[in-house]
Amino acid sequence: MLIRKPGKISESEVTPYELYLNRRRFIGRAGRIALLGAIAPSSLAAGDLVPGEAEAATLGPQEDELTPYEDVTTYNNFYEFGTGKADPARNAGTLKPKPWTVEIGGHCERPGDYGIEDIIGRFPAEERIYRLRCVEAWSMVIPWMGFPLKDLLEFVQPTSRAEYVEFTTLYDPDQMPGQRRRVLDWPYVEGLRMDEAMNPLTLMATGLYGKELPNQNGAPLRLVVPWKYGFKSIKSIVRIRLVEDIPATSWNLATPNEYGFFANVNPEVDHPRWSQARERRLGEIRRRPTLMFNGYAEEVASMYDGMDLRRWY
Amino acid sequence: MTKGSGLKATAWALGLAPLFWTSVRFFMDDLGANPIEALLHWAGRWALILLLVGLAITPIRRLTGWNQVIKVRRTVGLFAFFYVTLHFLIYLGLDQGFAWSFIIEDVLDRPFITSGFLGLVLLVPLAVTSTKGWIRRLGRRWQQLHRLVYPAAGLGVLHFYWKVKADTFWPLVALAILLGLLLARSPWRALKKASS
Repeated sequence: MLIRKPGKISESEVTPYELYLNRRRFIGRAGRIALLGAIAPSSLAAGDLVPGEAEAATLGPQEDELTPYEDVTTYNNFYEFGTGKADPARNAGTLKPKPWTVEIGGHCERPGDYGIEDIIGRFPAEERIYRLRCVEAWSMVIPWMGFPLKDLLEFVQPTSRAEYVEFTTLYDPDQMPGQRRRVLDWPYVEGLRMDEAMNPLTLMATGLYGKELPNQNGAPLRLVVPWKYGFKSIKSIVRIRLVEDIPATSWNLATPNEYGFFANVNPEVDHPRWSQARERRLGEIRRRPTLMFNGYAEEVASMYDGMDLRRWY
Repeated sequence: MTKGSGLKATAWALGLAPLFWTSVRFFMDDLGANPIEALLHWAGRWALILLLVGLAITPIRRLTGWNQVIKVRRTVGLFAFFYVTLHFLIYLGLDQGFAWSFIIEDVLDRPFITSGFLGLVLLVPLAVTSTKGWIRRLGRRWQQLHRLVYPAAGLGVLHFYWKVKADTFWPLVALAILLGLLLARSPWRALKKASS
């Protein structure tokens, strides 16, 4: 079971029995989707994305429904293809996710250039249904396909000097036309502390809804850190480095008072320009309360014990 | 048909076209994954566009000598106010769900929201006094009062600038247009003063 009950659920959020039954059906459906992904050759090239032990993770008792594939793939923040939400779906056709090489380096025993086929072949994909909470106060529920980052890191064997993991997105204005304008300091860089990177929830995604990752969602390889705001989940990764110092991350460089390195979902720490206490789940009209660590407090809160989360936003 | 009625009809068409087109898209479920956000941004965008169009009318008249164009200024201005109001109502109802504690916090504590709200407040007396009766009653003071449209437009542009995360292209375009329109009128004032 990958996603356990999120902590502290108020009385009003307890699911009525009927909805609970619906959710059981939904989980069944999700399981079938995972299975479909494994056997449907139409959407999968041979050898890609074969879910070894495809396992449908369950969601907590909050009422979460999968966001439709259409919405997940047409409403994206991926400034490399334009700053409008619909731009990535329109413009990401120029990205060539095959062939693709990921350079892994820094403080590890097995640095090198790894082809995406090697990576996908070595780490079997499993399904993870995660909530995604954007810093802009909207959210989705996405059935990812992928493998824990932990598995990849254990394979390359970080040395004792590795304190952080730094990720870099492709820089190629021909493939990513949005990079012709310096909206951000390209290439996009993100990072995690080593314990965050090793957390079992942290996923390297290679697909969603049982299909290969669409370009606009960060093909062929992206990070998914479900307890952090979406911008931490860097897309179309070409470099992973194990480093000693805290990486200089793109949004933190752009607007340091608004976007911190940690960027943990926290309803009590507002963005300077808007409240983070509530969010709009796409497909819903009324905002719902945002959960601490996006509902994954039980799995991740202990990593931040003793930290002032107001300071380390 | 009186002279200038074609122009009036054009102004009405310009004002109503976005509403018509977006209603069609709304009912066809063609507003994307986040239709509330789409509607909010749409109304705000047209409020600002029409405010700037309204501000452009006097410079256009002076530069081209096309005096008829002044006849649509009120129509354009009132449509701008209509979209500002719609934008605010969408924010209150659809976006915030009338959660007043959040709304009050937004308006008081967040410059991004405060600026937009102040812009709206400044436009209210202008919309109210847009009738012939009020123009007559206020006389010279009417013109002075209606200069409030400049700070209102400025606050609108600021609100737009503070809304975006990193891509300031369109807010800066709006700012450039606003500054251009202000510059376009100041020489005339200076000339008038000099000749009187």
